[in-house]
Amino acid sequence: MILVLVDHDRGVLDATSVQALTAARALDSDVEVLLVGAAGRDAVAELATYGADTIHLAVHDTLTDYAPLASAKAALELVSSRSPRGIFTTGTPRGNEVLAHIAAILDAPMAAEVLSVTFGDAGVHEVVRNRWGGNLTETARVHNDLLLAAFAPHAIRAENATGAGNVTEFTPNLDAADTAVRVIDRTGGAATGVGLAEARVIVSGGRGVGGPEGFDVIEQLADLLSGAVGCSRVVTSNGWRPHSEQVGQTGTKVAPDLYIACGISGATQHIAGCRTSKTIIAINTDKDAPIMGYAHYAVIGDAQTILPELVAATRAAKE
Amino acid sequence: MNIAVCAKRVPLSGGRWELTADNLDIDTSGASVGFTTSPHEECAAEAAVQLVEQLGGSSTVITLGVADSEEQVRSLLAVGVDRGVIIETDGSEWDPQATASALTEQIKAGSPEGAYDLVLLGTEAADTADFQVGIRMAHALGWPVVTNVKGMTIDGGVARCERAVGSAREVYEVTLPAVITVKDGLNIPRYPSVPGRIKARKKPVDTVIIEKPAARLEKVRLDLAVEEARSAEILGTGVDAVPALVEIFKNIGVL
Repeated sequence: MILVLVDHDRGVLDATSVQALTAARALDSDVEVLLVGAAGRDAVAELATYGADTIHLAVHDTLTDYAPLASAKAALELVSSRSPRGIFTTGTPRGNEVLAHIAAILDAPMAAEVLSVTFGDAGVHEVVRNRWGGNLTETARVHNDLLLAAFAPHAIRAENATGAGNVTEFTPNLDAADTAVRVIDRTGGAATGVGLAEARVIVSGGRGVGGPEGFDVIEQLADLLSGAVGCSRVVTSNGWRPHSEQVGQTGTKVAPDLYIACGISGATQHIAGCRTSKTIIAINTDKDAPIMGYAHYAVIGDAQTILPELVAATRAAKE
Repeated sequence: MNIAVCAKRVPLSGGRWELTADNLDIDTSGASVGFTTSPHEECAAEAAVQLVEQLGGSSTVITLGVADSEEQVRSLLAVGVDRGVIIETDGSEWDPQATASALTEQIKAGSPEGAYDLVLLGTEAADTADFQVGIRMAHALGWPVVTNVKGMTIDGGVARCERAVGSAREVYEVTLPAVITVKDGLNIPRYPSVPGRIKARKKPVDTVIIEKPAARLEKVRLDLAVEEARSAEILGTGVDAVPALVEIFKNIGVL
């Protein structure tokens, strides 16, 4: 059996976290899912549409919001009672975090950024995983009976299937320390527009945009396409844009349907943060810039002259 | 407050990656490959320097890597970190469990000013992306941990941490001592000044050598990602290409 940790935020299913369920179902007919917190009940119906048959719901008075260590402790109870051969998550911030707590408590190896898994005998499994945000892949052996694997987000497309959605509730044994680190408040949100990580379209600017005022047209294009604004590291270092907009391996990793890189040459760490976008368009003066090796389409030219025309033409096409 | 920053020297390529003949490592002999500190660990160092400026205490950068990692350690000393410790390796990789255990021993040993109150490091290493070293250290130390942190303030021994979730931010609070793993964008690291660089040359950097444990996440081989070969379809030059762009917007359904 493979145990999959699926995440929800106050009852709203995290669609990215379901990708690990699709990965598990491709490997094993026996897959069980863990949801943590009573609000997880609201996510059950949707979860069943991704083929979840058996869902364990961890319910506890103290599980009022996301608490990583408590989620790990709940999963560990299922490790004891259900004896899975693997625990899978999608490598979202929460997915990686909960799995790493499990790995630390068990003193077991964990593989992150996983693309594929081959279960082996005698406690040695093989994984293929991303390095440098997918610029390289690594084949690695994991030396432990229980395989802990966090799949690279968007490496697998979540597939619909009819699941029974049977829920079994249990109350994990938790103490105060297990929920000491938990979400205590939230700031920002819908008012700030489309978030970078969930945007379908991202219009991103780099050094070639020329300066902070160059982002006016980028904002306009993003608005027209109902998208978000992104930028490269040099842009935040220069103070042109807030660092919350920085796309990159160590900033925000994104995988929108369309990524438009304007005046971005494509440093390794930037590419690592956007390479799994479905379509990448590069607008750049340099036809040999590294970004050209990753873009599907390119326009050779100055983003500062092309963007205003593109905004006008896009606006006209919408009318 | 005594702060440890764990930072890693990682290869940086100005072009395509090349691998060594045995497919076990990145070929770093080429002119286009250099080394840097994981970018978000530069943010961790900047945060440590700011906190010591604000609250007093000391900052130490700890790295596990080859002797040449001194270059990255000195660059962090140049922006204001007080001293460095290099846990020296022969260049072969240590897996995340071995890395966490070696770093934890250094945290337990403390700094000359006393026990550490805070450990800052990247949420993951920029190259190997294991997403676990900080959490393993926290468990080994018996400390709480917050990960993916993009905003942080410390007051009265409590760290208030923010992490980005979509367009919103989640807030966590944690009592020190604690491990906090950060993301790029936590702050904008300062550039080293000339006096900073000169001072950095005289700051102490200790070297520690310990035995490498067997890997439990064992690298077998590396490969270049298959999509490396992609080459963009050129739609045109300058504003003449605008109609083709609008056509693509229509075709992929974003317009």
